[in-house]
Amino acid sequence: MEPAAAFPVSNISATGIACRRGDRLLFAGLSLRVESGGALHLTGPNGTGKSSLMRILAGLLRPYAGEVERNGAMALLDERPALDAHLPLGKALGFWARCDGVAPARLEEVAGACAVDELLDVPVRYLSTGQRKRAALARTIAAGAPIWLLDEPLNGLDTSSVAMVEDLAMRHCEQGGICIVASHQPIALPGAARLDVADYTA
Amino acid sequence: MTRMWLAILLRDFALLMTGGGRRGGALLPVLFFISVAILLPFAIGPDAKMLQRTGGGIVWVAALLAAILPLDRLVEPDLEHGFFDQWALRGLAEEWIMAARIIAHWLTFAPLLMLAVLPASALFNLSAQQLGLVELGLLAGTPGLAALGVMIAAITAGLRGGAALSGLMLLPLAVPLLIFGAGALQQQGAGGIALAGAVSLVLVAVAPFAAGAAIRAARE
Repeated sequence: MEPAAAFPVSNISATGIACRRGDRLLFAGLSLRVESGGALHLTGPNGTGKSSLMRILAGLLRPYAGEVERNGAMALLDERPALDAHLPLGKALGFWARCDGVAPARLEEVAGACAVDELLDVPVRYLSTGQRKRAALARTIAAGAPIWLLDEPLNGLDTSSVAMVEDLAMRHCEQGGICIVASHQPIALPGAARLDVADYTA
Repeated sequence: MTRMWLAILLRDFALLMTGGGRRGGALLPVLFFISVAILLPFAIGPDAKMLQRTGGGIVWVAALLAAILPLDRLVEPDLEHGFFDQWALRGLAEEWIMAARIIAHWLTFAPLLMLAVLPASALFNLSAQQLGLVELGLLAGTPGLAALGVMIAAITAGLRGGAALSGLMLLPLAVPLLIFGAGALQQQGAGGIALAGAVSLVLVAVAPFAAGAAIRAARE
């Protein structure tokens, strides 16, 4: 059994967020709060601003209005893997492990949990879409941050990999982590709150 | 933070040295430089005096052009693949990342270029004193060129046709370096080199901030 709380107490909250892209106001008045051990599933059709909300939560995009407060480190998974395409996967992940000060043994453990341990010798550019997604997930998990921001983590994954992601997210929450998932696909996260971004469309 | 910065510096160096599996690495600009140096005597003719007089200036122009070659892979690929966002999430300021990149860019083009000046100076029949001035001038000027390159690569990253644009933007901004660096040859003095060094220092000091701001602006 995993320890009950591997992560320090963390939380993330957003109040009155509005997001504008170009001339369009995507959504307004959106508030959310997630505490340690909590999960949140952001839903909504394409173009409602799920990814923009993720980037606002990550602090990469300035909200048009409102404030985000976070307490704890964050790890982001989006459609760009941020892995050097010409390097073998092991080396590409190794770069982030060095950045994050992660021990090689821990990296191998995470690679195993994401089912990419067989692919560590394969150059990243030869990986399939699903394999690349799992590799990026391994990078995200290895960072060891309590707050996970997963933007469409299920895109390109087969059914067994989907179950793997759900399991990893569940265990992360059990250890006191926070998991915010933006996905238009159904994802089984026990106890996850749901937030439909389309409800806040301006 | 220092650990992450060092990891980034090492990665930048390896990436620029080998070309990162894309177009050629650090060798390509040097080969370009040497081929310009070989072509010139053919174009001007075998007039030793003429070659000697123009040689130093040509070395500088060729060095400028060689410095433009790697511009499109200095910043753009990392921006496209989300590296900068990942570093931002880890709390590392863009300024530090760009400073690392300037160092890596300088290390992968300037020392090799200064080495390539040796055979070029033989082709141009440069005297030992002229060669010394060219090398000193390059030593003073190339850090500024590296800083300019990274700054402009960051500003044009994410723009369509950014690669062609960056070359056009860099050349006029490099004119002060060229005037002082190559000008030192005409006057046979170190005054021009000192001024080239001063321009270099200013550029190195400004570039990380300008480039960092450009990366943040590209996110919006």
